[in-house]
Amino acid sequence: MGLFIAQLITGLANAGALFMVASGLSLIFGVTRIVNFAHGSFYMLGAYIGYTLMQVLPGAVGFWGAILLAGIAVGVIGMLVEILVLRPVYRAPELFQLVATFGVILVVADLTLMIWGPEDLLGPRAPGLRGVIRIMGEPVPKYDIALLVITPIVALLLWYLIARTRVGVLVRAATQDREMVGALGVNQAWLFTGVFALGCGLAGLGGALQLPKGGADLLMDFNILTAVFVVVVIGGMGSLPGAYLAAVIISVVNVFGVTYLPQSTLVLIFVVMVLVLMIRPYGLFGRPEVAGEHGQVGEPEKPIRPAGTQVRLLVAAGIATLAALPLYGSSFSQVLATDILIFCLFAASLHFLMGLSGLVSFGHAAYFGGGAYVAALIVTHSNSPMELAFVLAPIGAGLGALIIGWVCLRLTGVYFAMLTLAFAQLLWSLVFQWGEVTGGDDGLVNIWPADWLNDTTVFFYLALILCIGGILAMRHVAHSPFGYALRAGRDSDRRAEATGINVKRVQWLGFGFAGMMAGLAGGLFVFSKGSVFPNEMEIARSFDALIVVFLGGVKTLAGGVVGAATFKGLEEVITRFEYWRLILGLLIIFVVIVMPEGIVGTARKWAERAGWLRGEETRKRKAREEAA
Amino acid sequence: MTTASHPPASQSATQARSETRSEAPPSPSPVLETRNLTKAFGGLVAVDDVSFSLQAGELLALIGPNGAGKSTCFNMLMGQLAPTRGAVWLKGENITGMNPRKVWRKGVGRTFQITATYASMTVGENVQMALMSHHHRILSIRPRAHRLYRDEALALLEMVGMADQAERHCAVLAYGDLKRLELAIALAHDPAVLLMDEPTAGMAPRERIRLMQLTAEIVENRGVSVLFTEHDMDVVFAHSHRIMVLNRGQLIAEGNAEAIRNDPRVQEVYLGGGTVFAQEDAADA
Amino acid sequence: MKRKTFLKTLMGAAVAVTMAPFAATAQDGPIIVGEINHYKRMAAFAGPYKMGIELALEEINAAGGVMGRPLEFIFRDDQGEPGEAVKIAEELMTRDGAVMITGTILSNVGLAISSLAGEKGYVYLASEPLADSLVWASGNDYTFRLRSSTYMQAAMLAEEAAASGATKFATIAPNYAYGKDAVAAFKEVLTELNPDVEFVAEQWPALFKIDAGAEVQAIERAKPDAIYNVTFGTDLAKLVREGGDRGLFDGRTVYGLLSGEPEYLDPLGDEAPEGWVVTGFPWYDLEDGPDGAFVKAYQERYDDYPRLGSIVGYMTVQSIAAALERAGSTETDAIREAFKGLEVASAMGDITFRAIDHQATMGAYVGTTALRDGKGVMVDWEYKYGGDYLPSDEKVMELRPGN
Repeated sequence: MGLFIAQLITGLANAGALFMVASGLSLIFGVTRIVNFAHGSFYMLGAYIGYTLMQVLPGAVGFWGAILLAGIAVGVIGMLVEILVLRPVYRAPELFQLVATFGVILVVADLTLMIWGPEDLLGPRAPGLRGVIRIMGEPVPKYDIALLVITPIVALLLWYLIARTRVGVLVRAATQDREMVGALGVNQAWLFTGVFALGCGLAGLGGALQLPKGGADLLMDFNILTAVFVVVVIGGMGSLPGAYLAAVIISVVNVFGVTYLPQSTLVLIFVVMVLVLMIRPYGLFGRPEVAGEHGQVGEPEKPIRPAGTQVRLLVAAGIATLAALPLYGSSFSQVLATDILIFCLFAASLHFLMGLSGLVSFGHAAYFGGGAYVAALIVTHSNSPMELAFVLAPIGAGLGALIIGWVCLRLTGVYFAMLTLAFAQLLWSLVFQWGEVTGGDDGLVNIWPADWLNDTTVFFYLALILCIGGILAMRHVAHSPFGYALRAGRDSDRRAEATGINVKRVQWLGFGFAGMMAGLAGGLFVFSKGSVFPNEMEIARSFDALIVVFLGGVKTLAGGVVGAATFKGLEEVITRFEYWRLILGLLIIFVVIVMPEGIVGTARKWAERAGWLRGEETRKRKAREEAA
Repeated sequence: MTTASHPPASQSATQARSETRSEAPPSPSPVLETRNLTKAFGGLVAVDDVSFSLQAGELLALIGPNGAGKSTCFNMLMGQLAPTRGAVWLKGENITGMNPRKVWRKGVGRTFQITATYASMTVGENVQMALMSHHHRILSIRPRAHRLYRDEALALLEMVGMADQAERHCAVLAYGDLKRLELAIALAHDPAVLLMDEPTAGMAPRERIRLMQLTAEIVENRGVSVLFTEHDMDVVFAHSHRIMVLNRGQLIAEGNAEAIRNDPRVQEVYLGGGTVFAQEDAADA
Repeated sequence: MKRKTFLKTLMGAAVAVTMAPFAATAQDGPIIVGEINHYKRMAAFAGPYKMGIELALEEINAAGGVMGRPLEFIFRDDQGEPGEAVKIAEELMTRDGAVMITGTILSNVGLAISSLAGEKGYVYLASEPLADSLVWASGNDYTFRLRSSTYMQAAMLAEEAAASGATKFATIAPNYAYGKDAVAAFKEVLTELNPDVEFVAEQWPALFKIDAGAEVQAIERAKPDAIYNVTFGTDLAKLVREGGDRGLFDGRTVYGLLSGEPEYLDPLGDEAPEGWVVTGFPWYDLEDGPDGAFVKAYQERYDDYPRLGSIVGYMTVQSIAAALERAGSTETDAIREAFKGLEVASAMGDITFRAIDHQATMGAYVGTTALRDGKGVMVDWEYKYGGDYLPSDEKVMELRPGN
């Protein structure tokens, strides 16, 4: 019994920092609809700033003052980020802002390294709270008790702010209906800024508060991110009580998992998340998203047309130039081009899904890595010829996508995205944990192509044919009735259903097709690298694709490919510098602000304005004249 | 939902009789027919025992104050909502509880109160999309979709006077044009019945008349039967062949314009509260 | 649509311009070695390692280089991604004219490069990765490893643990391949030495996401006599703090793999655990011998003290230089043959790259932790020669199917 109580206390104490970070994220999402990937970075900043302040400020007052000041400082940083980075892009397409927050992650990571150095910092102890007290004979650290008290106080203060003050009324109104806040005569921009600052401040507070239980290190930004997302999603996005309850549930479940199922540490929270979402699709306290609630920001997409003869000739010339690479390029240039081509196919497959059906997947790497693992597993365990493994990679990934898609499509919007993330993490955990079969994180090695392909140039041609072929196939599908039906379901679910189109089924097949193409890319990847590791299924890999699709331009046909090629190429150059994350992060933020419709979308707009693109321009002018 | 057409034995005599009638398909002359259509949300009965029929080539208006149950009724006809009780028959076939897609395939087209079109496509493609669905080509990945059924789409657009705008981007259309486009879409599969939910809501008076004239022409030329809900009494009285009045979920009157105008219960519901004018103002605002 | 074409052209052009083959390295130019590491992702570890390399390069080149040519390293950051590392390895070997590859800390990146090396015929010296499979299960003809592996270090601790007579053990290790290997090796060797031991709890926290309070409660619940710890970094800091507060370590000996390395011990400051039996690097007590000389040179060259990574970096260069001298050529096959059975007079004394499995016999320092001037140190330490902690040759042949 004593142990049980002690475990419960541990769980509740752990819930503290988690709740503060998650409540901030939830608040920000609820009001501004921004999925703030950088939230973990603000948590990390809170820890580092708190650490530094604790070195300077003396005694107990100094300690607690440092925590409070760290929260405030991070809040101010959050405010600056909101004003400088996010405010310019509120009008951009749905979820585009998350790309900007991704840039912030990179910038913060390198700045933190510059300022505080690479070594882990051990958090200072809370004065007077070192040691334990005994509860029913079980030792409980005094600081855990402090956290146990502080967390509900912060939660209550937040509740008071939201439920009892005018600011709170506005926040609640904005969570329910953003337009209404404008109607209430409130400056929406400053409300957003304020909420973003508050949310970041809470993350900073969480980071500083956990110092006595751990410290500050450079990996903590990403390490907390998944747990926080899980908490926010389980609680219901935008709900503070939900965030609190979910933080407690996750923390307590974890504590008991550690004791009774020690191997479960990787998967447990994702299993909980999937279970909760199956029963309550919008989290414990969330509410369904209203269709188009935050989808219809920005201009609607332009109609699409197959390329004309001129463009086709240009594409053909481009492909021919690429195909002639072995004639003028080095062996490494072919390796690099193969890499870029594979990534382009992967990004294009996500772009196919996002661009045409409007479904945003946060876990697309599951199918890329899935394809790679299917091929690698077949080669490793059944000694099958490489050719068979190669064919089965896209098929396996496609089937996986069909199964996962079938479950995920019960949800929409951000919840759909989060569920895809959860499944990708589950799959990742499976691969990571199941060492006997998958090799765990030591991966599967020595997966090389058959002899006839085992030459850089020959493999480059295979990649060229399959990647360009795959990309062209997806374009072809985009122009087919099926592609049109995907767009129809995205544009107007009501109209599509009322004209006999089974939107869910069309989306389901689209999801499977996109997964299959990602699997093809994964199959190519594993044979080009000779090995595969769980990294290829990680969240970071999913984000890679997501970011380049957004940067290329979601609402254009070429966006995925252009974004992928541009950023893969840039990365190749930038990573040679020491502070490449800083450079890349700033570059991403720059592109986000200057090209809110992505590289292709904004370039097209510029070209139209300059009169270079005649077709679009005349159509538009004609439209204006008619409208007038 | 097949049980919905079998009300419990404790129902009134009229209902019991209608139940026996609904065992056999009703006479083939009405295109669309409802029998004791009822929808309850918890304790609230939104549509209460509504039975009516729509004849071939008829332009039938369903009116009533806000909250009278018009939209609920519509949604049950289209299959978006399953009735608590009662049945919907289409050309002698019981379509109660079928999903919207199936109802559409059976020959029911609809327009929405707030237009629903594909904003990223051209006007022509919007209509082609419906034609592709009608011809079961949705899952095809073969030919170029923007050329599929182009002529048929143009013919439909011609009918609503929008053929010259076929190449325009749907997102830039004026509201009245969107309404006409929706009409063309709804006619794509040559439906027997067209359901129009507040077709003239949000339009200028002159546009309203134009749209309803167009609808009347279509009814005449293509033999489509139209059931529409409407707030604007001028539109209703000028264009419908027959009018039904719904109040608090119940049909309280039915007849031609003259009869409805003079019906004391209708006057009480509408003029008594002065709601007619209030709502018109609201619609115009 | 138009931009896609534009892009393709651009890409083709860019590739054509930037990737044009560089002039082949001249025979009298520097000998180039490609160094791939996670300089950003594991900055605290890769930094001192790189400093060790640079120190050794300066010394060797000042003494006339290798075969009369200067030795040069190209350092590249792989972001901790195996796929990226493979690409960089290709670039180093085919474009930059590297004669061989070295580097990496993370085992998975090391394994990826090793797989490439075996396939393409590049010599790869895995300097820091610990995975046993690198030279055994996945070993190949072109891959060599310098640092004493997981198995070797675990075996050293198991020997100490067996001598203590404790029988009820709990283990705690990060939930990934290194942690699993480390626990498996410890269990194997310890059970061999003392068949009576019993493992009463096995805890597997997620790497860098430890829930230390809960882990401590779970271990305490099993009431072990001794604990075997494989956690490191922030996980170790949290475990030490929670375990110390809650009295987990009272009256129990903890055997900590790598816990004595300055990389992991120093961040703990005055909260470093006392009385743990650990493998590590007691640079502060090294005065005589080659290791003492290294520490002195390092501290003279840099305003810093060496970490374990520093001496590994230093020995990496020593090993490569020795191999090149022995080969007398920069041809891959010559270097590879030279590595087999290569004897190096290294900063940790004489080591041999075993011909049988390409593992070097570099050892480790084993000692007991204590606090000195508010910092954790190792006392009563002893350098254990790695060659004594490897399985028998028959066993190795079995473990290494590639042979």
